[in-house]
Amino acid sequence: MAGGQELKLLGLWASPFVLRSRIALNLKGVGYEFLEEVPGTKSELLLRSNPVYKKMPVLIHNGKPICESMIIVQYIDGVWDAAGPSILPSDPYDRAIARFWAVYIDDKWFPSLIKIIKAKADDEETAEAREQVIAGLQLLEEAFEKCSKGKDFFGGESVGYLDIAFGCYWGWLKAGEKMAGIKLLDEEKTPLLMGWAERFCSADAVKELMPEVDQLVEFGNMIRARQNAAAAN
Amino acid sequence: MVSGGEVKLFGMWASPAVRRVEWALKLKGIKYEYVEEDISNKSGALVQYNPINKQVPVLLHNGKPIVESLVILEYIDEVWKHHPILPKDPYERAMARFWAAYSEDKCRDAVRRVFFAEGGERAKAIECLEETLRALDGELEGKEFFGGENIGFSDLVLGWMAFWLGVSEEVASFEVLDPKKFPWFTSWIDNFLQVPAIKENLPPRDKTVAFFHGYRRLHLAAPNC
Repeated sequence: MAGGQELKLLGLWASPFVLRSRIALNLKGVGYEFLEEVPGTKSELLLRSNPVYKKMPVLIHNGKPICESMIIVQYIDGVWDAAGPSILPSDPYDRAIARFWAVYIDDKWFPSLIKIIKAKADDEETAEAREQVIAGLQLLEEAFEKCSKGKDFFGGESVGYLDIAFGCYWGWLKAGEKMAGIKLLDEEKTPLLMGWAERFCSADAVKELMPEVDQLVEFGNMIRARQNAAAAN
Repeated sequence: MVSGGEVKLFGMWASPAVRRVEWALKLKGIKYEYVEEDISNKSGALVQYNPINKQVPVLLHNGKPIVESLVILEYIDEVWKHHPILPKDPYERAMARFWAAYSEDKCRDAVRRVFFAEGGERAKAIECLEETLRALDGELEGKEFFGGENIGFSDLVLGWMAFWLGVSEEVASFEVLDPKKFPWFTSWIDNFLQVPAIKENLPPRDKTVAFFHGYRRLHLAAPNC
């Protein structure tokens, strides 16, 4: 394996952020040791490797920790640049577009999806969050048309930076629909995204990693129950 | 001056996010046209180039818009490769990006909370801010800049703290920049502000203080705006 011998990833199967790192490592055909965290607790290694945020994922490469999911993806792309296609687009302007959408997805779109996942009732806040998620999906439908340039993925012919940034949330998008009993996806409104999602989820680097929606629903309900119990005490 | 097509920057004089883009352009000697935006009355151009956020900065390169200041910085570094801002080594790059993200995710919010905190909330907000300063101080230990011997990506992104944190202290009457508590960070502020591209590209202090006085008054009067 190029770039050194020891590669560990601290994470959790249900985390979309951890999924990003795993997809990137798969795209480069890089082997690693996956150290699964126990939900609700933080291991010594995690706290030591990421003292600033105390969050996963953390990639530890020859003893050196790298944190923050999209920073890890870029690190992997940089170290194993000779292995497999580039994750970031090669053109600087295309890179800027991909980075912009990744920021939008993390800073604006996902927080609205979280509101739906955590929703206790079908109230005004949830209705507003639903509008925001759906509006975001529409924007991403248009973005896909521009970025893909007629090809299969946001990254073109292969899974790239923006595919990873957005695709990692797909399982939770569907889980959110089930948990809140709200329809978010519409084949008629976002046909390109639906086609892309199918290709993304069945891509070699992704298919074995994508969690089952029902398992995510069960996980989400468990976390919610735990939070409710903690709040009640 | 380096050319490389037509470069235009839409900005606002008091905005730290805009300045960090200007610092990068100046460091690389890139010729650009600056367009001042009236934030209370955004131009058609701004809305056209940044329809989603409708915010400055917007960099226009040969007519193509790039938005989000950190994305703009990376773009500038990739197009104009001389005088690099990001290091070559992937691990060093990851570290530079990490501290840049820290500035945006933690530091900005921490300063904002102290800036607007009143009464009992203030002490807790100051504690949070001091925690971020401790982290930054620790990272700077033994270094002149976050980028090492020269300023780099994280210096440019964190650079707002070298000027706007002092402004915030004055406007909101608090004090956190203690050289005894944060010796490396306070030295960094001095070093950073001495770099010519930075020194010659700061908003006028009095005008900035007056602006943020107004901004704070407005927000405290109508906190949900």
